[in-house]
Amino acid sequence: MSDIRHTRYQSPLAPVRFYLLLAIPLLRSVLHLLTDSGAKTLRNAPIQDPKEGIVPMRWLRRVLPVAVLAPLLTSCSLQGMQSMFSPAGSIAQEQLDLFMWTWYLSIPVMIGVFGAMFYVLVRYRRRKGDPEPEQSHGKPAVEVILTVVPVLIIVMVAIPTVRSIFRTQSHVVATSDDIQVNVIGHQWWWQFEYPDLGITTANELHVPVGKRVILHLNSADVVHAFWVPRLAGKVDLIPNQNNQLWFDTNEDSIGIYPGQCAELCLGAHAYMRFRVVVSAQDDFDSWTAEFQKPVVQTVASDPLVTQGRQLVANKGCIGCHNIGNYAEGVTYGQPQFPDLTNFGLRNTVGAGVLDATPENVAKWIADPQSVKPGNRMPTLWAANDPKRDQEAAAIAAYLLSLGVADTNQALAHASTGGN
Amino acid sequence: MSAEASTAATGAVAAPYRSSKLPDVKLMMWVFLASDTMFFGSLIGTYLAYHNRSLVGPMPRDLFDIPLTTVSTFVLLMSSFLMVLALHSLRESDIGKFRLWTLGVAVFGSIFLGFQVYEFTHFANAGLSIHQNLFGTTFFILTGTHGVHVTVGVLWLVSLLITSYLRPMQAKDAVYLEIAGLYWHFVDIVWIVIFTVVYLVEFL
Amino acid sequence: MATTQTAVSTRGRLFVRPTWTRGIGSWLTTVDHKRLGILYIVSAFIFMGAAATEAFIMRLQLLTPNMNVVNPDQFNQLFTMHGVTMVFLAIMPLGIGLANYFVPLQIGARDLAFPRLNAFGYWVYAFGGLMIYTSWFLGGAPDMGWVAYAPLTSLSHNPGLGVDFYMFGLFISGIGTTGTAMNLIVTIVSMRAPGMTMMRVPVFAWMMLITSFMIIFAFPPLTIAFLEIILDRTFGTLFFVQEAGALPILWQHLFWFFGHPEVYIIILPAFGVISEIIPTFSRKPLFGYPIMILSGILIGFMGFAVWTHHMFTTGLGPVVNTAFSLTSFVIGIPTGVKIFNWLGTLWGGSIRFTTPLLYALAFLVTFTLGGITGIMVAMPTFDAQVHDTYFVVAHFHYVMGGGALMAFFGALYYWFPKMTGKMMSERLGKIAWVFTVLGFHLLFFPQHLAGMLGMPRRIQTYPEGIGLELVNMLSTIGSWVMGVGLILILAGVIHAFLRGKPAGKDPWDARTLEWTTSSPPAYYDFPVQPVVNSLDPLWVEKHPGAMGGVTAPDPESGKAYDAHGIHIPGQSWFPFVAALALAIGCYGLMYDNIIFAIICGLAFIFCIFGWAYEGVGGTHLHLDLAEEGQ
Repeated sequence: MSDIRHTRYQSPLAPVRFYLLLAIPLLRSVLHLLTDSGAKTLRNAPIQDPKEGIVPMRWLRRVLPVAVLAPLLTSCSLQGMQSMFSPAGSIAQEQLDLFMWTWYLSIPVMIGVFGAMFYVLVRYRRRKGDPEPEQSHGKPAVEVILTVVPVLIIVMVAIPTVRSIFRTQSHVVATSDDIQVNVIGHQWWWQFEYPDLGITTANELHVPVGKRVILHLNSADVVHAFWVPRLAGKVDLIPNQNNQLWFDTNEDSIGIYPGQCAELCLGAHAYMRFRVVVSAQDDFDSWTAEFQKPVVQTVASDPLVTQGRQLVANKGCIGCHNIGNYAEGVTYGQPQFPDLTNFGLRNTVGAGVLDATPENVAKWIADPQSVKPGNRMPTLWAANDPKRDQEAAAIAAYLLSLGVADTNQALAHASTGGN
Repeated sequence: MSAEASTAATGAVAAPYRSSKLPDVKLMMWVFLASDTMFFGSLIGTYLAYHNRSLVGPMPRDLFDIPLTTVSTFVLLMSSFLMVLALHSLRESDIGKFRLWTLGVAVFGSIFLGFQVYEFTHFANAGLSIHQNLFGTTFFILTGTHGVHVTVGVLWLVSLLITSYLRPMQAKDAVYLEIAGLYWHFVDIVWIVIFTVVYLVEFL
Repeated sequence: MATTQTAVSTRGRLFVRPTWTRGIGSWLTTVDHKRLGILYIVSAFIFMGAAATEAFIMRLQLLTPNMNVVNPDQFNQLFTMHGVTMVFLAIMPLGIGLANYFVPLQIGARDLAFPRLNAFGYWVYAFGGLMIYTSWFLGGAPDMGWVAYAPLTSLSHNPGLGVDFYMFGLFISGIGTTGTAMNLIVTIVSMRAPGMTMMRVPVFAWMMLITSFMIIFAFPPLTIAFLEIILDRTFGTLFFVQEAGALPILWQHLFWFFGHPEVYIIILPAFGVISEIIPTFSRKPLFGYPIMILSGILIGFMGFAVWTHHMFTTGLGPVVNTAFSLTSFVIGIPTGVKIFNWLGTLWGGSIRFTTPLLYALAFLVTFTLGGITGIMVAMPTFDAQVHDTYFVVAHFHYVMGGGALMAFFGALYYWFPKMTGKMMSERLGKIAWVFTVLGFHLLFFPQHLAGMLGMPRRIQTYPEGIGLELVNMLSTIGSWVMGVGLILILAGVIHAFLRGKPAGKDPWDARTLEWTTSSPPAYYDFPVQPVVNSLDPLWVEKHPGAMGGVTAPDPESGKAYDAHGIHIPGQSWFPFVAALALAIGCYGLMYDNIIFAIICGLAFIFCIFGWAYEGVGGTHLHLDLAEEGQ
């Protein structure tokens, strides 16, 4: 199956997509009329001749789109950060194509069934003087036809489905060109290990654009599911079982893609989020280099950072968390807690819950339960401790300086909020 | 009316109309056994899913004593044979022989249970328990569930035996022994499956 | 009433058999299928009320992002209890309750084959359900979702008692359900009226037969799965202890081997109900009766061959996924055939838009939509996106809520006159229908989009700015609208009890045997054993010759079957006490009080012996039909 990535992806539904392309501008213009901006243009249009602009019509114009077409209305926002309608890789694209194909197939089915139902209900409603209906138990010919119709529909769905299963879900054998990552699910965060690069990080999966990414999924505690809708769909992480998920990206894919755990894991399940960062090869290489370069103890110019560095030891942070650039050759923490090496390069804090701004990181450190209820991070200060906010800010400043060559740069980077 | 009342008192009321030739209780037993098949099927499935997945010993091959288990299997098989004889005697209204053979089935069933108790004790002494490894867990629960079935069967037969002393039993009551027999044969067959899948497979 | 009764049995020496006909004792000891049916239906609706309350709280929590109505733990308990209640304690028992009441009436039997087993089945269901609900007051409800995926249920990940309540409660109620299913099979096979061949059995009874077969094959794996967890938690076995090398995926296989047939266990009775309502209100026989039966059987068989389509994302590989995807597609064919045949029944009829028919139509629409999304989620490629998202939530609510539940609401309106002798208000019923159906679609349609926009299920909150605000708000508003509908349905029931017009024997001009009895039926059901010679016996009686020249059999012919009187089975304490012993014994195990559990176990065994030696008992009834004016 290793040749999969070399075949240029050609959707079996390409002709369908052609018609879809034709339909989209049409749909857009309809939607535009129905969305807010559309409604506004309608509302702001100069009032025409009073005889022409009949009041009920104006009322209808506003109410109809909202009341009757409410479901359609929502479709104007189908694009989204975590929406399967905004695919950024061939697998997500194929998943969407298959859905669209069934969706188009189901339209005639719905028209047929509901249309027939509507016709029957109107035509055969009971009226006075109706003759007694014929007591027929059925007509074999009709019944046969009615059985063949669903069979045909099923066949039309089954063929592209089977093709897509083998293309997207086959086990792939890694080549040296692929990026391999071990993904380990923890309650309630993600551990990402790059065995080929010797990198361990948490909650942020960095991959270079254009390369095939092969994830080896396992869980440290309960069942989780790795779901990144715009790139790959999802596969479960199950204890004592090795699962695989692969995806690829194309030249337009550079960006940050949010993902989320999709299988109930109790506690902070709703906050078990992550990001996939698809970056240009150069950016990826410099990210990698930051992890691989030797630890150099530098004196930070910012006293806040220095204070934070001391607090990380005094407050017991390194009892749980490893910080690779804390001291050369020493591994801190325990593997069941997120690795904070080069934390300054992260976009988010708390497993994808907040953007990693200094304020947010400090907020998270000061009172994790208010940010992410149910998580296992201890609260280090009493709620009324006067030192809390200052010390949390110091730790945040230190953490955000990690992995950024110059401390001031680190702070500058963090204050733009990443992302 | 009085005639009917008297027939009623002896319980000899003609059965109401039935659309099936099978007596209700017998049909019920067949349906129950169908369901019980899935019950054992799931337990055997669990056993097979965990076959050779134990992380620590003792392992099946260290413990199983095929000759011993063959003997207990043979005893259980023979009990099924006695069951056929018991049913035949009751149909012939030969209450004496019915009691003899039924007692025989119960005794053979008890001997089988005795073997099982011996085997369990032996395995426990060798360090296998339900807490020890996956083999222990699945083995004891599977064979234990079967043992519970045998125990229920023995209790059932003993209560039929006692009943035969409390009230007259006739050929028409044979259906009650017949359903007990169906159950007994089923439990017997399940054991043969377990013996094959659990014991013999280890030494293929 | 001029009747004479003769005692069948005087065997019960240990206990005097209860003979109350009214008061609480008569309900606790009843073995009458009609009373048990009503107990089932009332209990199911009470549980449904609890589940609906849980759902409203959840929808309120999801109204806008980052709401704080409940905390994550409470939210987990809410959706777990909602799922458990709706599936095990509300919708499935509704089908079983209706079957209890109407299967004997439809096939011309006086009761089920094993009336005391039937009572036992009800009481373990009721006690099992109550047991699960006591968990709210005893340290917290189960919180691991209704599918209870291992290892979330292991002691190390979930030390609270909630899991134990779930396991024990469903374990014993599962035993009851299995027993009742066996009972229904024997009843339908053995106790059909003279002349009622299998191809003259009403569709509802047929569907219950298939359902019962599915129950007896699907429940044992679930029972074993529960047993394994119970043993793990109570006695320290290692079935799902991952440190010992256990495979959590095994739970999913055992659970879904039950879980998918369960979907059809819920929906097939609903198919049966629809197949009763539509012919009645279009004044036509069911279109393609043999094909309807055949497709039901096919669904029953195929239902066991599709379970891993709930596990497409667990890494089973492309071959397994393809196989189960195809079997899942195949199941869509008989389902589609059923929908076409219901349309065929309406076609050419003379359609009367009563409330039951309106619910049947709502069922057709929602079930068709649920079927379409069902085909979609049966595609592993697409399921890799929407599995465990709100798309799936929407899909199964369309099938089980908008499908089964709508059908059962229709059944309530359809059969209420038969059960109580009073008509429900049509006007109130139709108003309630509008709210229920509109609310339902407003509630669940946007959830399709929520799932595709990236909202997983079982999360108690969602972030701002990823486009989930509008769909969730619409959904919550829908829950309020549907809530109004449900309250109006309840109001309709109360109104009918207080002000309902007398129904008479056959208020809907219907076609099957249950409508030949009085409303409500006398405790002996049929004064004379009915004799049948066609599919729609009542219609043939009312319109001689209308159906292929068939005329009804001579009504006198049934009397010959009653020469020995109508057997009325004796009431008994044993089913109730046995169920009670089983239930409180479970508390003993849960609280590690083994002695207490053993005492309860002995009490249970004692009840079984008492039950067996007590015998069927009861009386034989000789109706004086002339005096009764028949």
